[in-house]
Amino acid sequence: MRSYAAARTMEGLLIPMGALTAGVIVFGLFCAVLGSNPFGVFYSIYRAAFSDWYSWQNTLTRAAPLLLCALCTALPARAGLIIIGNEGAMVIGAVGAVSAGLLAPDASHVPSLLLMAGAGMICGGLWICIAAALHYYRGVNSVISSLLLNYIAIALLNHLIEGPMRDPSSLNNPGTRPIADVQHLGLIPGSRIHDGLLFGVLACLFAWFLLSRTTFGFAAKVAGGNVRAAQLGGLGIGRILLILSFLGGACAGLAGMVEVAAVQGRANASVNAGYGYVGILVAFLARQNPAGVVIISLLLGGMMASGGMLQRAHNLPDAAVLVLQGILFLFILWSETLYGRWAERSLRAG
Amino acid sequence: MRPPSIEVRGIRKRFGGVRALDGVDLRVEPGEFHALVGENGAGKSTLAKCMLGINAIDEGNMLVDGTLWSAGDPRLARQHGIGMVFQHFTLIPSMTIAENLSLPRPGLPAIIRWKEERERLRAFFANAPFQVDLDARISELSAGQKQKVEILKELYLGTKFLMLDEPTSVLTPDEAEEVLIRLRAMVNRGDLSVLLITHKFREVMKYADRVTVLRKGRTAGARSVSATCPEELAGMMMGETRTIEVVERDAKVGGPVVFAVAGLRTRGDKGVDVLHDLSLEVRAGEILGVAGISGNGQRELVEVIAGQRPYHQGRISVNGERYVPERECMQRLGIYVLPEVPLRNAAVPGMTVAENIALRQFDRPPFTHNGLLSYAAIRRAGAELINRFSVSPPSPDLPIETLSGGNVQRAILARELGGQEIRVLVAANPCFGLDFGAAAFIHNRLVDARNRGAAVLLISEDLDELLDLADRIVVMSAGRIVHESIRSQADQVEIGRHMAGHAAG
Repeated sequence: MRSYAAARTMEGLLIPMGALTAGVIVFGLFCAVLGSNPFGVFYSIYRAAFSDWYSWQNTLTRAAPLLLCALCTALPARAGLIIIGNEGAMVIGAVGAVSAGLLAPDASHVPSLLLMAGAGMICGGLWICIAAALHYYRGVNSVISSLLLNYIAIALLNHLIEGPMRDPSSLNNPGTRPIADVQHLGLIPGSRIHDGLLFGVLACLFAWFLLSRTTFGFAAKVAGGNVRAAQLGGLGIGRILLILSFLGGACAGLAGMVEVAAVQGRANASVNAGYGYVGILVAFLARQNPAGVVIISLLLGGMMASGGMLQRAHNLPDAAVLVLQGILFLFILWSETLYGRWAERSLRAG
Repeated sequence: MRPPSIEVRGIRKRFGGVRALDGVDLRVEPGEFHALVGENGAGKSTLAKCMLGINAIDEGNMLVDGTLWSAGDPRLARQHGIGMVFQHFTLIPSMTIAENLSLPRPGLPAIIRWKEERERLRAFFANAPFQVDLDARISELSAGQKQKVEILKELYLGTKFLMLDEPTSVLTPDEAEEVLIRLRAMVNRGDLSVLLITHKFREVMKYADRVTVLRKGRTAGARSVSATCPEELAGMMMGETRTIEVVERDAKVGGPVVFAVAGLRTRGDKGVDVLHDLSLEVRAGEILGVAGISGNGQRELVEVIAGQRPYHQGRISVNGERYVPERECMQRLGIYVLPEVPLRNAAVPGMTVAENIALRQFDRPPFTHNGLLSYAAIRRAGAELINRFSVSPPSPDLPIETLSGGNVQRAILARELGGQEIRVLVAANPCFGLDFGAAAFIHNRLVDARNRGAAVLLISEDLDELLDLADRIVVMSAGRIVHESIRSQADQVEIGRHMAGHAAG
């Protein structure tokens, strides 16, 4: 039995590493075809993302929203619900947070941040609950509905910042009125990294604890593993799905709040910067495991940070990083089919 | 073309460290009806798959018509008239029978001329053992009809040596009878050899010419059916005579009604009503057997009780209190369910055996304190029940999907019967596909529960099992209870007539 457990652990390490390596090789070929030296490209990514404190700060700043957005997929996934509405929940969270901030302009620093965070989380949470409720009560495919909810959320944001909530002084880049200075999120002492990173790490710790140490997490695992067994056990599946979806959406909504309160200072089209979509990738790379999300967020945060460098140093298009992400995603999805093979063999052998 | 003679000598097959086959000899003469028996895991299915070429043979020889045969490709086997009907259906549900028969035909042109294919099929059906509606979709067929189509497909593709892996396990007694009689007739005409893998000695004694017994991957012996008896075969199957424990039934019957279903209506998968005002009552310390041909609403009844299917009319109660399939209510009323195909209906395949065993109790002490889970307690309790119910391999940490069917059944049984106070136990085909050692174990646990005062609802397609265990038998047909008899007066013929739906009013 020990060899079986060992084989499972090895699989958990080797398969993602193998998939990453294979993806990196294919991306290298892609760079070579475009006329760039692949090794030079990878070195540039390393330099832009992980070589010194300056680049680490860039990476960590980008990792913060990824941590939160990835949980929007990883939490419902535990109960078997595939949600890819991260971008929409983040956008709606940003709208909610900025509204709360603008409605209470005189609140002091901490209360207004709590207010904005709360509003962003509730908005994002309820947004994802729409997809979960459609799935549970009406049988609508949650992948499709949550994907389409992204477009609705983005359209809603555009409508608000160009219409009812538009700041008349924002000309080229329409947005809402800015929030007050005291409503801005602080920086981690000694760095340029905003506190959103702490939110992200704490949220991942909380999610890990919830899923792997609590009774609720066990019930969610049963529901995700076999709905019929969960029904036989009388577990309230709708309740489990809605709670996890709310928590997941709330995390993405918090990412939206962070984007407003730490980066943009208002809600504008830049809130919809693609962190939500990369968050899906993070969640799948981490196999929906909140602890894994922390590591993968660093990796992909670094990749996002290196986009500009690739453009400058190698004349690669800005979108090259997206190509790398896409290739990795395909390899990860494919590698999912490999789990269990070695372990099963060791079982037969043992 | 005459059926070939088939012989295997000293076949060995390993999967990793497990010797699935460890020296098997078997010979089937042309035009012989040969039975292959053995306990679960004795290697019967593996042997058939090796002969077909799905599994490679590690050691040993196979001879077809006396010449050495290097198995390894099922298509090659098909060309030589070797074919197999598997335990699980291989037909394509969304296609018609005609399409299912024609598509695998060797030499089918890239552009199919259906007129010619129809012509071929008509010619084939002039001599076929069964007649079917060629335009019926597979998904509309009953299990029995599907099994017939599986056999027809093999015959249409020119199979002369037909292996059947427990073909009657999904059939009613009548259907099984019909299928075997027709196959026997083809064998008698010299058109076919049959290798029948089965658990049922009755089928061996009635239809086979010869029988080979496997035990732990080895040939324990071969006999002519006319020169053996079920007792000898059972002895060969199990090796040294094992004593099978029998739990005696308490004599007392007739406690108060504990479990009652009244006027239940529910819809099936296709949206039409499959239960029509179904009512039944089970008393404390009683086993109520529900007989019936599969597809008459038994599955849906179990699903309703298990909370896997909603119902739109009727009432289910335990001791007079309304039962709703929610956790709190299930625990308070003490209702436990052992559904059929437990890996699909009652277990989480990827979770460990211990976690699966904990499904009923994980949210109570000692497993949970203040919302926090103790995996150590789950593992301990799991290990104890695994021991008590002899689940093999005896490890709480393996994913339950890695266990054999009989051991999954034991693990789920351990969960449903382990420890807690049981008022109602619902079991559906609990011994489906198990050898008699495992079946006897499960039967004894059911009688145990009954003797301790539980109301047991046993739903089974195996009438012998019901006659053996039940205090009272009701027959379910077309979603209704159509007949009831008590143990002492149960008449197999009368029950069979009601099962078939032939009984007048």
